[in-house]
Amino acid sequence: MDFEPVITKGIGQLDLADIDVYRRQGGWSALERALTGMTPEQVVNEISASNLRGRGGAGFPTGKKWSFLPKDGRPRYLICNCDEAEPGTFKDRMLLGETPFQLIEGLVLSGYAINAAQIFIYIRGEFLHGSRTFRQALAAAYERGYVGKRILGSGYSVDILVHRGAGAYICGEETAMLESIEGKRGEPRLKPPFPAIAGLYGMPTVVNNVETLCFVPHIINRGARWFAAIGPEKSPGPKIMSVSGHVHKPGNYEVPLGISAGELIELAGGLFPGRRIKAIQPGGGSSAAIFAEDLATSIDFDSLAAKKTMLGSGGFVVMDDTTCMVRAAYSLVRFFEHESCGQCTPCREGGQWIARMLGRLEAGEGTQTDLRVLETINTTITGTNLCPLGDSIMPFLASVLGRYPDEFGRHISLAGCPLREPEPAIA
Amino acid sequence: MNPERERRGRELIAKYPRAQSALVPFLQYCQEQDGYVTGEAIDEAAQLVGITPSEAESIASFYSLLFTQPVGKHVIQVCRTLSCMLRGAADLQRHIKGRLGIGHLETTPDGEFTYEEVECLAACDKAPCLQHNLAFEYSVTPEKFDRLLERWRSEEPAPAFPAE
Repeated sequence: MDFEPVITKGIGQLDLADIDVYRRQGGWSALERALTGMTPEQVVNEISASNLRGRGGAGFPTGKKWSFLPKDGRPRYLICNCDEAEPGTFKDRMLLGETPFQLIEGLVLSGYAINAAQIFIYIRGEFLHGSRTFRQALAAAYERGYVGKRILGSGYSVDILVHRGAGAYICGEETAMLESIEGKRGEPRLKPPFPAIAGLYGMPTVVNNVETLCFVPHIINRGARWFAAIGPEKSPGPKIMSVSGHVHKPGNYEVPLGISAGELIELAGGLFPGRRIKAIQPGGGSSAAIFAEDLATSIDFDSLAAKKTMLGSGGFVVMDDTTCMVRAAYSLVRFFEHESCGQCTPCREGGQWIARMLGRLEAGEGTQTDLRVLETINTTITGTNLCPLGDSIMPFLASVLGRYPDEFGRHISLAGCPLREPEPAIA
Repeated sequence: MNPERERRGRELIAKYPRAQSALVPFLQYCQEQDGYVTGEAIDEAAQLVGITPSEAESIASFYSLLFTQPVGKHVIQVCRTLSCMLRGAADLQRHIKGRLGIGHLETTPDGEFTYEEVECLAACDKAPCLQHNLAFEYSVTPEKFDRLLERWRSEEPAPAFPAE
């Protein structure tokens, strides 16, 4: 594929965590351009015109999110969401550790655009190494005047505060993240009010994902038109797809949105010899599966939504024909069960019961009643919770149960798993 | 509270617009010092940020990287979520539990090792993966684990949960 990567360019070849190397690659030029020649409104307009959509999972237009902030003189906060924990997603961890200055430049630019009084970066507690790299980079950026007081001689001053998480997937949900930074349990808030109106400490707040912020300097440098021309009109730009599972070369692939699922699998080295696609999770653990007949599907927000799944965070997990669908669903449901904050009954109780039923099926102790419950429980869980976590329990399970009902049934008739566990395949 | 601890607490509080934001960072600092979050640390944290000890305990209990019981010098956290499962995590888990003679969230009697099965660590391209005192180890086969174990046993480990 003759596509030149944008935000992953140089990763693996250059030491982009060195501030001078970053500068020689064109780093800081967008910040200089904006702070010396653009008003904050012009930066917002440029991002709006690019139609950049959030890369954290929801795909909300970034410029629109920024423009919701009320102009009432209260201090505004910008929060960078680096709590990456969606199953199958590992792009933000790479961006944080490999190209921290790109993220810092994106943060300061975005802070300037919304006139943020303070910037927070919420780094997942498990990313100790990445947070250390980032802190070092931040100190260097302060020293050179890219962060702090009167940045690059302009009238804009802002500090970036690193806040480390302490182990909780749910804190990646934006209102749970606000609670967590405020020093509370990471329990999502009822919306409205949305964070733009009453966010961190009750102030207007924008929460943006790491990958989203990394695109901002490039859009300022190369223009909204350049970005908007890549990929589908309503879902433009490059996106990092984290490919894992049963492929030869798992890894992060920055691709133009609009490539097909099949092309992405080829980029990742294709399947193992003699194996066939059984299911693919295209957008993280929360997404419904697509199947072998869907390989021509365009990888973008709207095409995947039309397939009743989602691009989500771009965690693309390939499962070949050696994979037991009950086990795969069990693994994911157990994840959501473990990560539920416990506020909403359908999520807290539903997750536990479904995990228990799937565990029984896999162990050969499942019953027809379990199967009937699994087939009908979707509507009592999905859409009945405060936040999207509860809605993430069922999509994968429902999609593979719909597609492979016999495999679930055979776990009961054979009193055990019909698929031998595949050998660990490590390239 | 010992003066050094109090100084660190005040320093953390000064970073934030509101004191309670420093609660978890302070507990992380205490955990690094004491090996786990002690009851005393909960009381001190509550006092520092102006909430009740039971509130502080409720908050601490929410986060999986805050341990309110003692853990080993080496904490081994193995991913169990889908991408690692697809690449042999179950075999690895069996192997580790066998080698250490302990199960999920247990500590060896000599206080050296704690084992935990954790959710997706965001290193799915190098599955199966684990963290040892929050340092990543990638593509861990049972054989590779045995070599790592030898190395860990021969070295003085870093704190299991460094605050920064």
